Amino acid sequence: MTPSELKHDPDLERRIDPATGEYRVIAPGQTFKSVTEKIVRIVLTPTTPLGWFALFGVGGAVATGLLVAVTWLFLMGVGIWGITQPVAWGFAIINFVWWIGIGHAGTLISAILLLFKQSWRNSINRFAEAMTIFAVVCAGMFPLIHVGRPWLAYWMLPYPNTMTVWPQFRSPLLWDVFAVSTYATISVVFWYIGMVPDFGTMRDRSENKVAQYFYGLVSLGWRGSVRHWARYETASLLLAGLATPLVLSVHTVISFDFAVAVLPGWHTTIFPPYFVAGAIYSGFAMVLTLAIPLRKFYHLEGLVTERHIDNMGKVMLATGFIVAYGYGMEVFMAWYSASHWEAFMMWNRMFGPMGWAYWVLVTCNLAIPLTTLWSRKLRTSIPFMFFISIVVNTGMWFERFVIVVTSLYRDFLPSAWGTYRATKWDYMTYVGTLGLFTALFLLFVRFLPMIPMSEIRTMLPGAKIGPKIGPKITPKPAAKAGD
Amino acid sequence: MPAREGTYGLLAEFDTPGDLIRAAQQARKDGWRRMDCYTPYPVEEAAEAIGFHRNKVPLLTLVGGLIGLSAMFALEVWVSVLAYPLNIGGRPLYSWPAFIVPAYEWTILWAGLSAAFGMLALNGLPALYHPLFNAPNFRDGATTDKFFLCLEALDPKFDLVEAKKYLETFQPLSVVEVAY
Repeated sequence: MTPSELKHDPDLERRIDPATGEYRVIAPGQTFKSVTEKIVRIVLTPTTPLGWFALFGVGGAVATGLLVAVTWLFLMGVGIWGITQPVAWGFAIINFVWWIGIGHAGTLISAILLLFKQSWRNSINRFAEAMTIFAVVCAGMFPLIHVGRPWLAYWMLPYPNTMTVWPQFRSPLLWDVFAVSTYATISVVFWYIGMVPDFGTMRDRSENKVAQYFYGLVSLGWRGSVRHWARYETASLLLAGLATPLVLSVHTVISFDFAVAVLPGWHTTIFPPYFVAGAIYSGFAMVLTLAIPLRKFYHLEGLVTERHIDNMGKVMLATGFIVAYGYGMEVFMAWYSASHWEAFMMWNRMFGPMGWAYWVLVTCNLAIPLTTLWSRKLRTSIPFMFFISIVVNTGMWFERFVIVVTSLYRDFLPSAWGTYRATKWDYMTYVGTLGLFTALFLLFVRFLPMIPMSEIRTMLPGAKIGPKIGPKITPKPAAKAGD
Repeated sequence: MPAREGTYGLLAEFDTPGDLIRAAQQARKDGWRRMDCYTPYPVEEAAEAIGFHRNKVPLLTLVGGLIGLSAMFALEVWVSVLAYPLNIGGRPLYSWPAFIVPAYEWTILWAGLSAAFGMLALNGLPALYHPLFNAPNFRDGATTDKFFLCLEALDPKFDLVEAKKYLETFQPLSVVEVAY
């Protein structure tokens, strides 16, 4: 699109920032007060929208399904699932990797984009972080319920015990324990510390005693001293700097669960970067899935603009191509390694009894998004981006299905081959976590500030201080002070 | 601790960050030391203006990270070599490359917790009560859209009448006295 074309469209012109030629990060005409009011009113309103109750009812009902499925699992054992030999890692591990991957985009937005000074992220980082935490909640549950005797899951931790046994620190499965628990802890801390100044605003703007008490307590008495802000900014930057290697390490460690095994289809060195890129790809898709209805429902189009949707589309395009490279390399190595087992695995993955899953993955992750996301027109089309986000989320789930199941069910000896069929309890558990995620996210939107007010304020025109600062231009006060 | 009485300080309210910074720079130049600025978002220039340049959060983070790193690595070595040696395929007991991953995660864990809680501790938070919350205009503005300069009564230069006159020369929106 050339600038001359833009001039003829007043609507588009309003949305383009003349300084950069990009879509505006924040719609024009916002002030400190208007932004604060807009975000605070979503939470501090006496009337909750009916739509919220409807959605929360649906999410809660589906989450109840999870409760039922898990209760039955605890009573009966993992035999109610479809897992068997040779596919002992079924839905539980697929869902674990899928959910953790979704969480990674939240950390990427809050940490990596902060380090790169991508200020457009400020509007979306809070709910992307919330998405991370709720995704980790859903993810962390799966390995715990998959161990068979979840009440003994604490055996994974190194602690002195009467059995005098200790964990095996050479196992990637134990590395996972430390990676995922660290990831959950640091994500929660980063999220909470980010909200403290906003809780201060909520405390000061609420008129209701209960809200004042609650937000007063969680704001820790924040009063906005510039000394506090200076330490706060340092701590945020350090947390971002720590979360960046952390997020890369978490999915790397998860890929080690596979790559360290000798199984064809798992035993490959490309897994760490390919898993991390896939995680970010699916995570950005989930951010879009959440952001698009949210901005519409709460009329946040002025804060979460086309620029955000466009930029997220670009990130997805880039990470999508890294994922495509990973798929290509797997196929290439199956041939180039000259390993009979590798070649058979790839043939079986594409054309075996479960070959359809591979083609679903190729369609959803490569064919549809990587051909269309080039177009700026499509990237800024809200319905299309919502559609793409659902497609990519589906595709990335199938990617994990393909990696876990099609590698396991036909390995070296045909006499050891089997198949895998998920049961209704598998589906119920998976769909149940979607309900739990939705319900938690709705609670977040209702009770916590979903857009970081203090960070949005720094991007407003009123925050510009101007170059002419200094005692030079204040001769008048100085002279008066001497009187 | 008995309740303190008297004046905490004088609070001047400004409409823009530029006005606040000019006032803070001038006050620092005129010899004021016990003062602070309050803003609804981080204004680095205001911290510079009152002479706050460095903080100890990075040091705490480094120490926390090193403690996490050494604690986990030591635990792994002790468990794998001394407490519970496992011979698996003749692999060495001291297999340090495998120990990197948990030690790395714990470096990040303890560095991150030290950064977050160290920042809160250095800020003296949580502090649910503060005299400034008594100022009638503070809570309405400081966390939303106004910028404040507070000259504290503990400063040796502080005199209620003189300091009020002094602050008014900066043409603030208001100057109010804050009681403990």
